[in-house]
Amino acid sequence: MKHFKDIILACLAALLIWQLIVWATGVPPYILPGPIRVWQAFLFNFDLLLEHAQITILEVLLGLLIGGVLGVVSALHLMISPLARRFMLPFLVFSQAVPVFALAPILTLWLGYGIASKILMAVLIIYFPVTSNFYDGLRRTDRGLLDLGKTMGATERHILWHLRLPSALPSLGSGLSLAAVYAPIGAVIGEWVGSSKGLGYLMLLANGRAKIDLMFAALIVLALFTVLLHYLVSRLSKRMTDWTG
Amino acid sequence: MVKSTPTLPSVSVTGSFHHDSICLFTDLELKVEAHAWTCLLGPSGVGKSTLLRLIAGLDTGGDFQGSITTGDGLPLTERIPYMAQSDLLLSWLNIHDNVLLGARLRGEKPDHDRAEHLIARVGLSEHSKKRPAALSGGMRQRVALARALMEDRPFVLLDEPFAALDAKTRSEMQELAFEMLEDRTVLLVTHDPSEAARLGHHIFIMTDKNLQAQPVPSTDPIRSYDAPETLEAQIFLMNQLRHI
Repeated sequence: MKHFKDIILACLAALLIWQLIVWATGVPPYILPGPIRVWQAFLFNFDLLLEHAQITILEVLLGLLIGGVLGVVSALHLMISPLARRFMLPFLVFSQAVPVFALAPILTLWLGYGIASKILMAVLIIYFPVTSNFYDGLRRTDRGLLDLGKTMGATERHILWHLRLPSALPSLGSGLSLAAVYAPIGAVIGEWVGSSKGLGYLMLLANGRAKIDLMFAALIVLALFTVLLHYLVSRLSKRMTDWTG
Repeated sequence: MVKSTPTLPSVSVTGSFHHDSICLFTDLELKVEAHAWTCLLGPSGVGKSTLLRLIAGLDTGGDFQGSITTGDGLPLTERIPYMAQSDLLLSWLNIHDNVLLGARLRGEKPDHDRAEHLIARVGLSEHSKKRPAALSGGMRQRVALARALMEDRPFVLLDEPFAALDAKTRSEMQELAFEMLEDRTVLLVTHDPSEAARLGHHIFIMTDKNLQAQPVPSTDPIRSYDAPETLEAQIFLMNQLRHI
């Protein structure tokens, strides 16, 4: 609880500094609105923000789900198949070397202005951290456990299922926690490139119409959602791997 | 319900072992007698554990030239229960399921009654549904012992299984393990002279040159930790180790 209080205090301090800068510099609100103005914009545009936030949240959650499943399946595949290691590993690194941002226009061209292209952006962004974290976890099983499995006459399949996989769950958890932070970035980039809905679209629109307070309100909604998602995913993966009881 | 343990004649290891260009042992000859505890004593790094891993069929990262044979010429099966210094319990399974790990890993039908029976014999019945993190080091090593017994093989390899325990728990574990592994063929690797003096039917000291059989007390193991012959053997073994 004390931790929570610290966070609130830090946020209040940041808001105060923000407001002080606005007052001190006299910067016009269409360049930098103060937090009070942003709060007013938030209340005034609540329904609008909610409508667009729903779309973005849907994109992020679906992206997280699909990317997570793909990552888990890929990591398992890399673990079992030497062929996959030979052909997929270089591709995996390459997929990370290509800036995903650069692909956004093409994805929009291929998949249109709907949510599909945004979901795919989110999937592309999180696929690598999930796969590589989980794969690392699968490979780093305690050597003693593998020895034990061998002396018990275990097959590779059973070792993967009963020893490697549970040992790697904490790594999968950290991969998914990272993914929870990255997925919204993917979705919003997708929205920037071409869309008619979503928080990213709303930000561009507000920016274009010099409604900087609304832009900030949308930005803060997105940030709060990302923080909440990260918290929930971390919490869930921690609970999944809490074996102290 | 309890199957009779298959019998096993002695196990012999002869040969040399190289790791990269370093020779760990040459022309070594170890005979592990059936139905007895053989203790392998020696300083760290002379290859005691490597020898044990060779017998267990585990990776050693080196090159072994020689043979591992059994008295009746039949091959050692792949399943050799093995206890290490670390208990190697799975933190996500409860005690009962940890004891049943072997069946789980081979995709066999687990024998729940036998697992409970063995857990009771190591005195942990009331902890059967707990996870390892809730147990003390000594209790965890007792679970590892029950798990090794669950495999029900005639030959058991122990790689310093009591080394990480406190003195009191260690001596109690020695007694429990000896009682429960009676009639089996046991190879115990240890660096503790008092452990070898208490438990060994046969005691060897391994050095970087060779393997030397040591005299054993006239009484049968398990010997009381404070019996004069145990202490005498312990001092003798300690002197041998000091003069390597």
